[in-house]
Amino acid sequence: MSNVKTEKSVREPLFHIAKRGGLPLWKGILIRFIAIFAGLLVCGIFVTVAADGKKGFFDVFASLFSGAFGTERRRWLLLQDTALLLGVSLALVPAFKMKFWNLGGNGQILMGCLTSTMCMFYLGGKLPDPVVWLIMTVSAIAAGALWAVIPALFKAFFRTNESLFTLMMNYIAFHLVCFFISYWYPKGTGTMTPLEAGVLPDLFGNKYLLTLFVVVLLTVFMFAYLRFSKHGYELSVVGESENTARYIGVNVKGVIIRTLLLSGAICGIVGLLISGSINHAVGSNYDNNMGFTAIMAAWLGKFDPLIIVLTSFFITFLTRGMGQVRTDFGFTSEALSSVIIGIIYFCVIACEFFISYQIKFNGEHKKTKKPKKNRFEETVKRDFAEEFKMAKEENFEENKEEK
Amino acid sequence: MEKTVALELKNISKFFGKVIANNKINLSLYKGEILSILGENGCGKTTLMNMISGIYFPDEGQIFVDGKEVVIKSPLDAFHYKIGMIHQHFKLVDVFTAAQNIVLGVNDGSKYSIKSVNAKVKEIADKYGFHIDPKKKIYDMSVSEKQTVEIVKVLYRGADILILDEPTAVLTPSETEKLFSVLRRMKEDGKSIIIITHKLHEVLAVSDRVAVLRKGENVGSVVTSETSESQLTEMMVGKKVELNIERSQPENTVDRLFVEHVDCMDREGVKVLDDVSFIARSGEILGIAGIAGSGQRELLEAIAGLQKLKNGKISYLDPATGKMENLQDKTPLQIREMGVRLSFVPEDRLGMGLVGNMDLVDNVMLRSYRKGKTPFLNRKDPGKLTNEIVSSLEVVTPNVHTPVRRLSGGNVQKVLVGREIASEPKVLMAAYPVRGLDINSSYLIYNLLNDQKKRGTAVIFVGEDLDVLISLCDRILVIGSGRITGEVNGRETSKEEIGRLMTKTVATESKKEESHE
Repeated sequence: MSNVKTEKSVREPLFHIAKRGGLPLWKGILIRFIAIFAGLLVCGIFVTVAADGKKGFFDVFASLFSGAFGTERRRWLLLQDTALLLGVSLALVPAFKMKFWNLGGNGQILMGCLTSTMCMFYLGGKLPDPVVWLIMTVSAIAAGALWAVIPALFKAFFRTNESLFTLMMNYIAFHLVCFFISYWYPKGTGTMTPLEAGVLPDLFGNKYLLTLFVVVLLTVFMFAYLRFSKHGYELSVVGESENTARYIGVNVKGVIIRTLLLSGAICGIVGLLISGSINHAVGSNYDNNMGFTAIMAAWLGKFDPLIIVLTSFFITFLTRGMGQVRTDFGFTSEALSSVIIGIIYFCVIACEFFISYQIKFNGEHKKTKKPKKNRFEETVKRDFAEEFKMAKEENFEENKEEK
Repeated sequence: MEKTVALELKNISKFFGKVIANNKINLSLYKGEILSILGENGCGKTTLMNMISGIYFPDEGQIFVDGKEVVIKSPLDAFHYKIGMIHQHFKLVDVFTAAQNIVLGVNDGSKYSIKSVNAKVKEIADKYGFHIDPKKKIYDMSVSEKQTVEIVKVLYRGADILILDEPTAVLTPSETEKLFSVLRRMKEDGKSIIIITHKLHEVLAVSDRVAVLRKGENVGSVVTSETSESQLTEMMVGKKVELNIERSQPENTVDRLFVEHVDCMDREGVKVLDDVSFIARSGEILGIAGIAGSGQRELLEAIAGLQKLKNGKISYLDPATGKMENLQDKTPLQIREMGVRLSFVPEDRLGMGLVGNMDLVDNVMLRSYRKGKTPFLNRKDPGKLTNEIVSSLEVVTPNVHTPVRRLSGGNVQKVLVGREIASEPKVLMAAYPVRGLDINSSYLIYNLLNDQKKRGTAVIFVGEDLDVLISLCDRILVIGSGRITGEVNGRETSKEEIGRLMTKTVATESKKEESHE
């Protein structure tokens, strides 16, 4: 390429994007760690500047870690919140793998909360506790499953759009909870005092263990279900290509309904844990927006239950840690911590780009694999253009099919 | 003839990860010539053209236009150097007219006036002998009209170098002939044309020179008039290939599958199959010929239980029990549960026959995963079967746990056909099983079908290449607009006869007969 510079008409671009071949596992992990580190670094600078010199750069990290791990109670809460988020993610995974966009996690959790609280409210103390527990569990699972299967039925038989439908179901669940609270406490402020009768038992005298135990079971179950069961295989086939599923004789409608029953049921179980074991009450915000946060955990975890354990932990760690940073640094608004969490998410998601692509600098024509941050914008633009093209073609094909 | 170089590539390379798509390719295109680029699937033809037209950027090498080195970073740059590409999949806005599509994206500073565009389009069309109505909307157009719009679009922008990516794949023989005469006229006008194709007779018919790519490398260029089909194949494949299909006499034929007076509707209620009747016999290959979209797909899907019948009967004579089984209005699962050994290689391999994102084992398992009463999958037996398919059909894959979408077209098809014949079918239906496959893979598939025939399977083969149909099939059914328009003996018929039958019901297209030379 020595003669390039002599030609005036030639303007080589500084770099270009090339697709990577297989990346060794450790490199992928390394890139992700670098991304997290970069995210934390940016977040540290951001907070230090926003704190106006009251505290130093490293105090941010001290607060972050102390918020997550500082005391024994915090450590247990970290585990509990991780478990809950993990539970919801596990519920969403089968639906999402089937390309059924279940955005109704919140509603399904709330229905689980509501029905289990109803059981405690009406039956607690009147029936023996184990009977109440059984009825609670069954009804929470049924309610969650019902909330998910209604949109599934419509999708299977009338091809309605499931994302809008599940979203709307969230509002219904939310207002049902509000209604029951005001019905039970007509003069109250819309919050409920914790109940005492009929609540789920502690495991080994530790109030956090039951939740952890149930979610561990769910994780193992979901891992095996997706990897080794015929059901799991069928739902991935349906998700990848409905035509193929029809061709090999899978009952597509049946699979959609069955999978959403499962998805909703697990959300119901999470609701049961939240109300029956943790809070002993119900509130309209008890879903803690996990129905949506879990989508991110599931997606970052590539729908693999074992990786999702890590992503849920990471997300929970950030949320809890940033809460502490907020208190320690005296930020009154929640907005700042949301912005910072957003920055870290961005870095983590953006690094996926560097895992599938590499940047080659021209002139050297060596395989340089240096991800360079300040050139990011342009690379993303190209990437989007390609994805857009793909999406357009897919759409086109879908339209053709509909015709 | 005075030869000036219009386009020159020097040491162009492109890598996708570890895959070398193009390796140090040198190529030159002269002014006023038609250059064919020939090569098997996955040899890097399209990648190379995409680099010239600015879709990809080469990892190494230089491109010269009219002797000057250029850098083409985007399709816009390519237009700047008067290079235009006509893609295999058209990129047109359906609700716009031809003229609107043509002018789309052109920014030459002049005021937009659809009248002057129409006039200019007309002028270009007259010059090269196109038939184009600038005011016609794209959604009203046939495939060949759309292609015309794409070509005019490129010419409108003043392209001197035109690249056509498999332009004839979607055309009927007469449309192809029309396209070629247009190309010849453009050549006389001094345009340089690169045409990508893997149909040898077209290469010989239209081009001046042929460049052959093999595994990402340019193995040489030859002057068309000095070469032959067999030499070109040898260059493409790298070894001598026997281009004969062995056809054995059918033995012990028994009527196996009965299709009687079948009518089918598509989703919009348009009749796609109209009173179709035929019998498929064991030990015989029954060909189905017809213009694409004449109801072939619906017919096979109806037999496989994927398409509802409006009228008619489909029945299967079970050789084990001697009983007649009704297949109509049954789901694919019910058909299998009845013990009917029916295999189907659908036209849409990755969209219907296989799951692109799943690995080979999981794809081979699609047919058999239900076996056994446990709720768990048994991947052991499908794993063994996959290994057998991979070794017996020489599937090129890193391992059996590679997602099938990463395999090349021929290997994808081998996996699909391998799975379908693994269940020892009594009826095997294959829709366009060699579409997009290279020569070697195509002949492998023909041989597999022949083996099935010898085993006593009733084979139904839907094909598009009349030469192949005639040399492979024992009987050929011709289908036109959803009706059976004739049945001929594969050993006695001619292309002309089939061509006439193909267009029999379509009175307006009767001209097509002439082109089936």
